Amino acid sequence: MADTNLPSVETTHHEWDGIEELNTPLPRWWLWTFYATIIFALGYMVAYPAVPLLSTATAGMLNWSSRGQFAQEQAAAKAARAGTEQALASLPIEQIAADPRLMGAAVEGGRAAFKVNCVQCHGAGAAGSPGYPNLNDNDWLWGGDLRAIHTTLEHGIRHPGDEATRMSQMPAFGRDGILNAGQIADVVSHVRVIAGAEAPSRSAQRGAQLYADSCAACHGAEGKGDRALGAPNLTDAIWLYGGDRAALTQTVTNARYGVMPGWNRKLDAATLNMLAAYVHSLGGGE
Amino acid sequence: MTPAGASVAAPKGKGQRPAPPPPPESLYVRRADIFPRAVDGFYRRLKWAIMAATLAVYYVTPWLRWDRGPYAPDQAVLVDLAHRRFYFFAVEIWPHEFYYVAGLLVMAGIGLFLITSAVGRAWCGYACPQTVWTDLFLHVERWIDGDRNAQLRLRAAPIGPAKVMKRLAKHGLWLLIAMATGGAWIFYFADAPTLARDFLTGQAAMVAYATVGVLTATTYVFAGWMREQVCIYMCPWPRIQAAMLDERSLIVTYKDWRGEPRSHGAKRAEAAGAPTGDCIDCSACVQVCPTGIDIREGPQLACITCALCIDACDAVMAKIDRPRGLIDYATFEDCRAEAAGAPPVPIRRTLLRSRTLLYFGLWAAVGMAMVLSLGARTRLDLSVTPDRNPLWVRLADGDIRNAVTVKVRNMEARPRPVRIELVGLPGGALWDSLTNERSAARGLTITVPADQVEKRRIYIRAPRTAPDNYALRLVALDGEPAGDTDELRFEKPEEGE
Repeated sequence: MADTNLPSVETTHHEWDGIEELNTPLPRWWLWTFYATIIFALGYMVAYPAVPLLSTATAGMLNWSSRGQFAQEQAAAKAARAGTEQALASLPIEQIAADPRLMGAAVEGGRAAFKVNCVQCHGAGAAGSPGYPNLNDNDWLWGGDLRAIHTTLEHGIRHPGDEATRMSQMPAFGRDGILNAGQIADVVSHVRVIAGAEAPSRSAQRGAQLYADSCAACHGAEGKGDRALGAPNLTDAIWLYGGDRAALTQTVTNARYGVMPGWNRKLDAATLNMLAAYVHSLGGGE
Repeated sequence: MTPAGASVAAPKGKGQRPAPPPPPESLYVRRADIFPRAVDGFYRRLKWAIMAATLAVYYVTPWLRWDRGPYAPDQAVLVDLAHRRFYFFAVEIWPHEFYYVAGLLVMAGIGLFLITSAVGRAWCGYACPQTVWTDLFLHVERWIDGDRNAQLRLRAAPIGPAKVMKRLAKHGLWLLIAMATGGAWIFYFADAPTLARDFLTGQAAMVAYATVGVLTATTYVFAGWMREQVCIYMCPWPRIQAAMLDERSLIVTYKDWRGEPRSHGAKRAEAAGAPTGDCIDCSACVQVCPTGIDIREGPQLACITCALCIDACDAVMAKIDRPRGLIDYATFEDCRAEAAGAPPVPIRRTLLRSRTLLYFGLWAAVGMAMVLSLGARTRLDLSVTPDRNPLWVRLADGDIRNAVTVKVRNMEARPRPVRIELVGLPGGALWDSLTNERSAARGLTITVPADQVEKRRIYIRAPRTAPDNYALRLVALDGEPAGDTDELRFEKPEEGE
């Protein structure tokens, strides 16, 4: 066993607790590598944006910029999607639905478009709120197949200035003096009975006759509603404005006049198709 | 705890010598050329064997085939980055199973402790790619230029046609080997025969050419020009290994109590009555050293324990009729004992001690755990993400609907029919977004394509009075067990909502 007193190496003569510091020279190539990095840096400064100026920076000879690269990649992505977008814009919704790949793209595109245009009223999960329909459920005022949804999106509901908009209006039975407060209470009782929310009562019996005279024309004799008129089904569990006595009394007295804008002037054909596909995909589509 | 700055050399610091050293000639030195002499012996032959094995494994592995049926590649070892799959013979690893790779790394770490504590820097001396390729390049150099003395003469010779031809031949061969090395690398990442054809016809991806270019350059520069510089200045291994050696690890060491004082004329010195050691200062050990050190100066960072000096010295000892092992594998402890006159310790005792056995036990345990978990892992699994917005939807008839997104992972190279079943939830039914509520049932049959994840959106409806909890169970319909069950909560409105 030899000691580690290497005769070929000198020390710095620093010693601490018996440990001495060797004075080993660096290899020459280490220095060259350092010079190479400097040359590389100079080249990089010439080729790429590098030197900050007052309000801008040197552009570099390659004219590369992160924004430019981003634009390029966007353009490439757009080119890759062109066929799909073309199909979504030009085909009717029924044909889109026949192609699973296209329909998948439409639903995903609709998901994004919904976040921009629809969540303000219908909510981020499309669950709605009083007065704004829940689009997830299986109850549709104007119809829940792709075409019906598409028409609703295109022309809106009670959208002024659009000939083709969904239009209907329930009379304000109380405000216009068609029924008095007692009669309205009876009608409300009847409606709550057929909806299964109340036990039958004398009031409801009286209301049944009033209903047959004033309401059945639109809502149907059994209260099942009429999609041609956007008349709600009164017997199911879903109430747009609430199903308690107060809300129903308000509805019968003053009527409601829910509106949705028609989107055909704001959104292009592809987006309308995508939104229809998305809403249809939320679980209640017919 | 020393006060801050204690390590900085204070003007009147304790232990500082009064006379400052003369400034060194230069802060930098150029690399001294090293021309290791060819040597033959036990360790040299061991190195040849390991070198042949490692190079064969490296070059041949991508070309081995392994039949996995029509849906998966048939390359035995393949890192498929595009599809995020790793194939290793019968084992296929998905990205979420990266812990197997982590396990391999843990095994490599413990293996390093094990090897180092037992036989010192054996990795450096025998198996490290830098060592293997440098050895190969040295061999090529000897084949073209001749052995050490011929190489020295050639270096001193003036430039002429013969010298130029030899230099061209040498660097050409080096570049060819380097290209083959870089070339072999890319075959691990794509189907080797296809890629080879594409590569040669210029059809391969840019990244393939770039990779080959970079690896060719690094192989040529590191094994041709830098060699021991990589080990001494670039590699953390020598530092790490130095910290892992203990007094009972085997290192290559010169037994100075036997060798010193060195004697050039042993017979004459003996006749004169002077003490003589076995070392005759023939410098064979220095001439064969690939890192150009003198092992007789003691253990040092630049020694990669390739043991070629042992072979060289043993040959000399045989010639002068002395016992072998003047330079030999030994431990610090044995050296002390031997210097004090004890007989040499058999290597077996060095290898089998509590530390190495503990490392081996740990290493084997990790390996066994991985093998067992590989054998027991299911190749079909279900993951369920419930919708959070809205949590529930009231349907027209008053029932409540929940929605979940399920992913069924089929990690086998064949399509598999599976059924997703509802567990619990009396009166409940499910359907997926590709059908509609009319096909609601207690279960849903899906065929998951080979080696794919099938994603479906599933609706579950149940009466308002349904219990809070239910589960989705995955059942394989091809008779193989795959009972993956996910417990879920059935979200519904509060009372009166």
